Amino acid sequence: MARVAMRSLNKKYDEVHAVIDVNLDIHDQEFVVLVGPSGCGKTTTLRMVAGLESITSGHISIDEKIVNELPPMDRDIAMVFQNYALYPHMSVYDNMAFGLKMRKFDKPEIAKRVQEAAEILGIEQLLKRKPRQLSGGQRQRVALGRAIVRHPQVFLFDEPLSNLDAKLRVQMRVELKKLHERLGTTAIYVTHDQVEAMTLGDRVVVMKDGLVQQVGDPMELYNEPANRFVAGFIGSPAMNFAAVRVAAENGSLWAESEGIRIKVPESMQKRVEPYAGKEATLGIRPEDLHIAGAGDPTDLTFDAAVEVVERLGSEILLDVAVGPTTMVASVEPTATAKVHEKLRLAINPERLHFFDNETEAAI
Amino acid sequence: MIEGAPWRRWIFFYVPVTGFVVALLFPFYWMIITTVRPDRELYRPWNAPNYAPFWTMHPTLDHVRDLLTTTLFSTWMLNTMIISLAATAISLFCGLLAGYALSRLKFPFAGMIGTGIFITYLVPQTLLFIPLSDIIRNFKLGDSPWALILTYPTFLIPFCTWLLMGYFKSIPKELEECARIDGATRWKAMLYIIFPVAIPGILSAGIFAFTLSWNEFIYALVFLSSPEQKTVPVGVTSELVRGDVFYWGELMAGALLGSIPVAFVYSFFVEYYVSGITGSVKG
Repeated sequence: MARVAMRSLNKKYDEVHAVIDVNLDIHDQEFVVLVGPSGCGKTTTLRMVAGLESITSGHISIDEKIVNELPPMDRDIAMVFQNYALYPHMSVYDNMAFGLKMRKFDKPEIAKRVQEAAEILGIEQLLKRKPRQLSGGQRQRVALGRAIVRHPQVFLFDEPLSNLDAKLRVQMRVELKKLHERLGTTAIYVTHDQVEAMTLGDRVVVMKDGLVQQVGDPMELYNEPANRFVAGFIGSPAMNFAAVRVAAENGSLWAESEGIRIKVPESMQKRVEPYAGKEATLGIRPEDLHIAGAGDPTDLTFDAAVEVVERLGSEILLDVAVGPTTMVASVEPTATAKVHEKLRLAINPERLHFFDNETEAAI
Repeated sequence: MIEGAPWRRWIFFYVPVTGFVVALLFPFYWMIITTVRPDRELYRPWNAPNYAPFWTMHPTLDHVRDLLTTTLFSTWMLNTMIISLAATAISLFCGLLAGYALSRLKFPFAGMIGTGIFITYLVPQTLLFIPLSDIIRNFKLGDSPWALILTYPTFLIPFCTWLLMGYFKSIPKELEECARIDGATRWKAMLYIIFPVAIPGILSAGIFAFTLSWNEFIYALVFLSSPEQKTVPVGVTSELVRGDVFYWGELMAGALLGSIPVAFVYSFFVEYYVSGITGSVKG
């Protein structure tokens, strides 16, 4: 178990600057998730930690020791790959034992550790099989088993669940979480799926175009996104954005656009004030919208026309047109809204977000 | 499969396939029938009574006996076997390392070297034997098995390198990366993971190399001169065509016996060989 630190980490390919100045401290026993769209540099970062990719500049240390020049085998890490990378010519047992054999463990110790890992993962009865005789979920377990038998300092996961079907993915996600609770090994996990990131990560690192956008625990990212990208990336369905003009009237601030006129709540006045008379972007999460009732003040509501109704059971998603913009509202499952119906939506004023139009940073 | 009415299947599938199979197998049939046909039938003019070129009523093994007792055929077989195995082993070894390096290691001019190796394969042997014979003479290797063991790799190594390069590329690189994280050096990862996974590719490269050396004609014809050094293809054609007399029975017996090892190797490894060519690694 160990700390992992990245300092001014950069990776340049011929023309692409894939990872730009990444600074990250991963604590002992922490589960950190790197998340972002494809090509954001998350996998490259992970591969640099693994030693599979050379570092252009900066350094990585594992347990206070700089590992830039260490070959992968000497870093005491284990990695689980997206395609599992099981050795097709070896049995499950040999797959799991390979790393220990390479490190010259004696046979009884190897047998003990493999047995132990197999029990944890519930694959004891598969040890004699070849990888091609296994289902996707079983292969995934073997790949995990191969990583845990070595008792490494750090686990690296490169989108390990993305080849599984949706149901199995949810199940394995829970198991991964349990496994981490049990073993407590420091883990770095790469995914493009924000749900996976939110559910698994003690902390989540959002990346885009090689740059770290925000680091924080899942709820922090959800509640206080640092910029528009993070706001739109975290949360499903995604946050609604509307281009608004900030107007000062009667001592309070208003966010206005075609179809919307909302009073900026007191708590945000100070932050939004510099934007008076300027354009900004308003962000509202679908779950912070509800169908307006009698108790909702008119300066926190706006008219909307329902375009699509998606009934999910636990909630209903309404795709609505508000002036020229389209928004999604997540409403109570008892709502009776119909397509083409006009209704009034109210917002939760404490959960509004404003973003600068140029820097896209949160205001 | 062809869909629709049965006649479509006949016209577009069975008839062409039958034609193809007959065209392919007929030479072998001719070889066999000529081997067992007695001389008096072989040299009968076409307008003689009872002329039946496609079968014989009096099969005989005389030609095979003659071939094995009056010629050096068994020596030729042994020569060919030794030369083919040695040339194949050398070429496979070099091809494995070169193919691995070209497909997996990043080094300057890797692409150019790969293309360069391929181009040497494209130089026809009918041109290459001229400079090669000069080299063979300078090293005093003429009329010895070494002349062929060392020259066959000139076309076998490029061939093996390219075939194996393609195969190595089809193996997910994560396998090797995982092995290296698991504690294997690059060399060990290659030995324990990549090569075992590449066995179908290695076998097909080996089979091809073996067949090419076994059937090779021009180098063997040019570099070897004494009858006891010759290989099967050269021995049979040079020793059994005396002047303008063709000993058809013995010729065909030699061809038949000479093709048995190749046929054996192919049929034995056919499954590996097919998956080696189609290059599929299932995880």
